[in-house]
Amino acid sequence: MKKYLSFFRLRFLMGLQYRAAALGGIATQFAWGFMEIMIFRAFYRADAAAFPMSFSATASYIWLQQAFLALFATWMMEKEIFDAIVNGNIVYELCRPISIYNMWFSRSMANRLSRAVLRCFPILAFAVFIPKPYGIALPASLWHFVLFLLTLLLGLAMTVSLCVLVYILAFFTISPQGLQMIFITMTDFFAGALIPLPFFPEKMQRFMELLPFAAMQNVPLRIYGGSMTRFEIQKAVLLQIFWLLVITAAGKLLCKLALKRVVVQGG
Amino acid sequence: MITMEHVCKSYKIAKRDGGIKAALTSLFHREYESIHALKDVTFTIGDGEMVGYIGPNGAGKSSTIKILSGILTPDSGTVLINGRIPYKDRVRHVKDIGVVFGQRSQLWWDVPVIDSFELLKDIYTIPEPQYRQSLEELTELLNLKELLRSPTRQLSLGQRMRCEIAASLLHRPRILFLDEPTIGLDAVSKLAVRDFILQQNKIHKTTVILTTHDMQDIEALASRILLIGKGRLLLDGTLDDIKRGGGNIDETVAELYRAYEI
Repeated sequence: MKKYLSFFRLRFLMGLQYRAAALGGIATQFAWGFMEIMIFRAFYRADAAAFPMSFSATASYIWLQQAFLALFATWMMEKEIFDAIVNGNIVYELCRPISIYNMWFSRSMANRLSRAVLRCFPILAFAVFIPKPYGIALPASLWHFVLFLLTLLLGLAMTVSLCVLVYILAFFTISPQGLQMIFITMTDFFAGALIPLPFFPEKMQRFMELLPFAAMQNVPLRIYGGSMTRFEIQKAVLLQIFWLLVITAAGKLLCKLALKRVVVQGG
Repeated sequence: MITMEHVCKSYKIAKRDGGIKAALTSLFHREYESIHALKDVTFTIGDGEMVGYIGPNGAGKSSTIKILSGILTPDSGTVLINGRIPYKDRVRHVKDIGVVFGQRSQLWWDVPVIDSFELLKDIYTIPEPQYRQSLEELTELLNLKELLRSPTRQLSLGQRMRCEIAASLLHRPRILFLDEPTIGLDAVSKLAVRDFILQQNKIHKTTVILTTHDMQDIEALASRILLIGKGRLLLDGTLDDIKRGGGNIDETVAELYRAYEI
């Protein structure tokens, strides 16, 4: 266990040193969040009653999404891992007494957390001071806030386990780019990264909520605003745990298979 | 103790003609050709030996090293290292070995070298006192004192290679695989690396297996030479066996390659 904590630590510390990237990220997320809110405002003006979430809840959803983007954005995969697979540097990792899966899992967690830690506070601090209904509202209750934090972590673990699955699939292809593109587009759509899931037609929403992608950002961001019933929350958390176990198990199995047939080419 | 018996390994290589037509055809139907990287290779290496493993490019050297370090699974044959089958018992096997790939890096690019070392300490669960001792010894012998606090990206190749070698030895492996450790190094660094490897073998009785194209490496380090070509073991002997005629070692080896038609 200590090995993997050590990986986590090193990756976390490494992530904290990229200051310019963090500043760039903060600026982008501000602009993006602001733009999205303006678009939604135009829609709400037409007929506010036609939407499943109040405008203020939608604004909170967007600001939280921007603040914690690094935890859930599937396009932020680790290039170093793909590179190691494509150029063969993976040999060094294979000569270590460690499980490749656990190592990638812990370093991806660290990478995402370190990025989020640098970015979330300025965005949240600013969004709190934006006047209602454009800014971020306080959580529905203390209990909602605790659940928000818990499901945020579960959602992060879920995102990472999906990403690691994609890293492992890269063992089977010449270039991982195509794979990455399919994966990113799919998760953006199904996870509620483009449009929150409640905005989809009801039947479709019910189906989408069962998919593993809904176990990522969808759960914590909606719990925060208090728009889910107690029963819905229970179901969502159970689904998060279920998918986390299934995807992690699938990843571990595939990893074993991949290592059996791995060939590192060249001297 | 390392034994390899009748080991074979072949790879599947995708082949097609150049041009658009062939590229389109290959979308639907791929042709593969299999090449035999190792054909019935057998040898034994005792504890504390220093062995040079030589042969032209594509002879099967790296394949052998990868099989011995547990990364590749051979198609047939048996491999036994200190009583274990490397590719079956990978995690326990790799605790006993150190590997340096001269053309790759194991150090974390953007952080000081010492951070990579500390990580290795946890990966191999090296006890603190032993780690301190190894680190001190390696720092002294490889002259790393000034380098440990610099990020890897800012080291020269020679400096980096010294750190890479130290990284592979922190856990005191009983067997050390060196895959072209002196490639691209200047004369001073080469000599330093060679001296160090000799000392390591003398002090800790580390078994060293070295692949290289630099015949001076072989001359300085290897008391025994295995020559491999086209996947077959062609010669198992000492440097003198090869050098019979005397003269320039590079020419002698080239002549040898020609004689074996490899």
